Amino acid sequence: MSATLENRAESLLDVRGLTKLFGSLKACDGIDLAIDRGEIHALLGENGAGKSTFVKMLFGALEPAAGTIRWKGEKVTIASPGEARKLGIGMVFQHFSLFDALTAAENIMLSLDDPAPAGAVAARARELSEAYGLPLDPNAHVGDLSVGERQRIEIIRCLLQNPELIILDEPTSVLTPQEADRLFETLAKLKVEGRSILYISHRLEEVKRICDRATVLRQGRVIAHCDPSRETASSLARMMVGDEVQAVVREKPSAAREVLLEVRGLSRKAGHPFAVSLSDIDLSVHAGEVLGIAGVAGNGQGEFFEAVSGEVLQEKADAVRIRGKDAGRRDISGRRLMGAAFVPEERLGHAAAPLMTLSQNLLLSRCRTDARAFLSRLGVIRQGAVAKAAKRIAEAMDVRKASEDPEATALSGGNLQKFVIGRELDRAPMVMVVNQPTWGVDAGAAARIRQALIDLAKGGSAVLVISQDLDELFEICDAIAVMHHGRLSAPIPIGEATYEKVGLLMGGATPETAEPMLEAV
Amino acid sequence: MLESILITIATAATPLLIAAMGELVVERSGVLNLGVEGMMIMGAISGFAVALTTGSVWIGVFAAILVGAAFALIFGFLTLSLVTNQVATGLALTLFGLGLSGMLGEGFVGRPGLKLGRIDIPFLSDLPFVGRLLFGQDPLFYVSLLLTAAVAYFLFATRAGLMLRAVGDNHTSAHAQGINVVAVRYLAVMFGGACAGLAGAYLSLVYTPQWVENMTAGRGWIALALVVFASWRPWRVVAGAYLFGGVTIGQLHAQAQGMAIPSQLLSSLPYLATIAVLVIISRNRRLTMMNTPASLGRPFVPER
Repeated sequence: MSATLENRAESLLDVRGLTKLFGSLKACDGIDLAIDRGEIHALLGENGAGKSTFVKMLFGALEPAAGTIRWKGEKVTIASPGEARKLGIGMVFQHFSLFDALTAAENIMLSLDDPAPAGAVAARARELSEAYGLPLDPNAHVGDLSVGERQRIEIIRCLLQNPELIILDEPTSVLTPQEADRLFETLAKLKVEGRSILYISHRLEEVKRICDRATVLRQGRVIAHCDPSRETASSLARMMVGDEVQAVVREKPSAAREVLLEVRGLSRKAGHPFAVSLSDIDLSVHAGEVLGIAGVAGNGQGEFFEAVSGEVLQEKADAVRIRGKDAGRRDISGRRLMGAAFVPEERLGHAAAPLMTLSQNLLLSRCRTDARAFLSRLGVIRQGAVAKAAKRIAEAMDVRKASEDPEATALSGGNLQKFVIGRELDRAPMVMVVNQPTWGVDAGAAARIRQALIDLAKGGSAVLVISQDLDELFEICDAIAVMHHGRLSAPIPIGEATYEKVGLLMGGATPETAEPMLEAV
Repeated sequence: MLESILITIATAATPLLIAAMGELVVERSGVLNLGVEGMMIMGAISGFAVALTTGSVWIGVFAAILVGAAFALIFGFLTLSLVTNQVATGLALTLFGLGLSGMLGEGFVGRPGLKLGRIDIPFLSDLPFVGRLLFGQDPLFYVSLLLTAAVAYFLFATRAGLMLRAVGDNHTSAHAQGINVVAVRYLAVMFGGACAGLAGAYLSLVYTPQWVENMTAGRGWIALALVVFASWRPWRVVAGAYLFGGVTIGQLHAQAQGMAIPSQLLSSLPYLATIAVLVIISRNRRLTMMNTPASLGRPFVPER
């Protein structure tokens, strides 16, 4: 007993039995966690494991239902983010909490508790940005900045408070591998200064690389406290998921294939200030091929998807060709009728109407292409046929749902994504374009979705996958092209692609400069 | 002749400017209050009635400010605490204000009211041409310009103004930063109500010192349009208010000259001008988005 009390006195932060309920759901169920000074502590878990809820309670954004928080040995209640900051807890959010319409310096000023003159804040921010290797222009409007630059503002904003504990929520999910390396250098500096870091991630390799200890959450409970350097990536994954994740099986593509999706000289002006313009994109996807498009978020992937899917039409009809026919002037239904299928990035609100049921959502996307199956000659819905198709899709993709035909919003992210992908696969499309197929989806569902995409290609279809997740692209693609600032690189065959090569292209290097830079590294 | 036209333009523009300046602050905090017309008419009747009863114009003016703020507080309670739909609630507030003011004002119809006198700054107001225009106006004219300067300074040079803009840009982030979003919006909404009340008092105590039912005659809606017209920048509101004031006065003169333009068409000019400006500014979407409060009209419920 006395030994544990001593341990508590040493810890910077000691959390016992922290619990949070949302209705009857226990988002966090009796979580224990202790962090020492100068420690980088990893918090691991699948989406929905309770990581975000837990750190929101630490940062005072949510109120715990039960449990105690000890800070430097003293019991504290953290009622607001302001109080957390006063204690010395800083947080860098996953979905950045920045204000687009304000400048970097204004954003920083807002988080300071004592009003300081703008000039002094800018000077101090510049000083910190130099000390920690985080270049920053205080007068730039945040809306104009890249994701990596925004993250730097977040970190500097956090450091200005001189925090003793810094919470980082999935900081590398939006960075190129090289940007992530620079972040790790900054973290190492902070650690040397005796600051502690709570590092939330689901990227196991980087956790093994930089973290001293790890706490693994599953379904709101602590599954294990461990030393990540002594674990393997697969043992950590097992703790997170609970069972072995099936590896995706891929076969070598056959040679001599016909081009099913072709994009020629596609350009598009940015539609609004925070959009990216596309310039002169060329690409072909062959039958039986999975082509991946890598890139840091916000480099034109969304704009490209809109153009290819027909949500935005092209000026020239031959800018997009599907199965050898011009499709540039056809809208999304027109392109679907030509045998293509599209799955956008946002599940709720774009791929599916949140408050409509699965069968209604199915009908909405396929009432044009499958009018004969789903509608009578007078346009009346054949409810039976639609319900049967919805059931078939749910079974084929293993969609787990609480009722027979729930509203889209009632499904978890992974299950809805499986349904949305299954809805398109059910048509056996010859061309499939998917944007971020497994973003925010748990590992089991992600494996299922990836396998389905590979199987579709094996059946002779062309599959184009836009993704930020390099691991995913390396797992399923036959070739990877990189999108940066609205330009697309030539595809690199998977046999020649490496993380460094792709990473450099993601950071804006041209293929010519990428090679010598590699040698220099 | 020109001088007197310019002076009448200033009197037509001042109530628009005051009401729009209040609504600008409200909208910068991310709240859309369509009840400006209702708050304005309540300010007009209470200002008139209190001034007449107490015999003091200034007490009337302050009563109008308080009533406007109190009326806005109803809107604030409904939309911010009970999270009702802002558009529907604002429209209801306008209809409620128009009805209630008509009822309260029944006994005041046709009674001669008190008028807030002009200030006469010795010597300066005797200057040729600009003298009376700049130095011989009613006190609220100066108040309206000071108000503009104060709002511009507050929004862009103070920390509190920065917080208000942050709340209007992204209320979720502002909440995460520890800003009390609901409290900021309450204060902004009440400031907007106070301004609308003052603008109403201007109508019944300066512009036409009497009480007539529906005497705001759509000025609250013009003020709302002005805020968008000015793309949420305070000094542009001044330009817009004088432009619209000029149109109003010009329309009267045109009729007096017997020009064959239907008066209804002329009265609709401010709205047409607003639509034209909306089309023009939305072409430069970068600028629009930098100034438009991104959370405008979106309800906020703190996660707890």
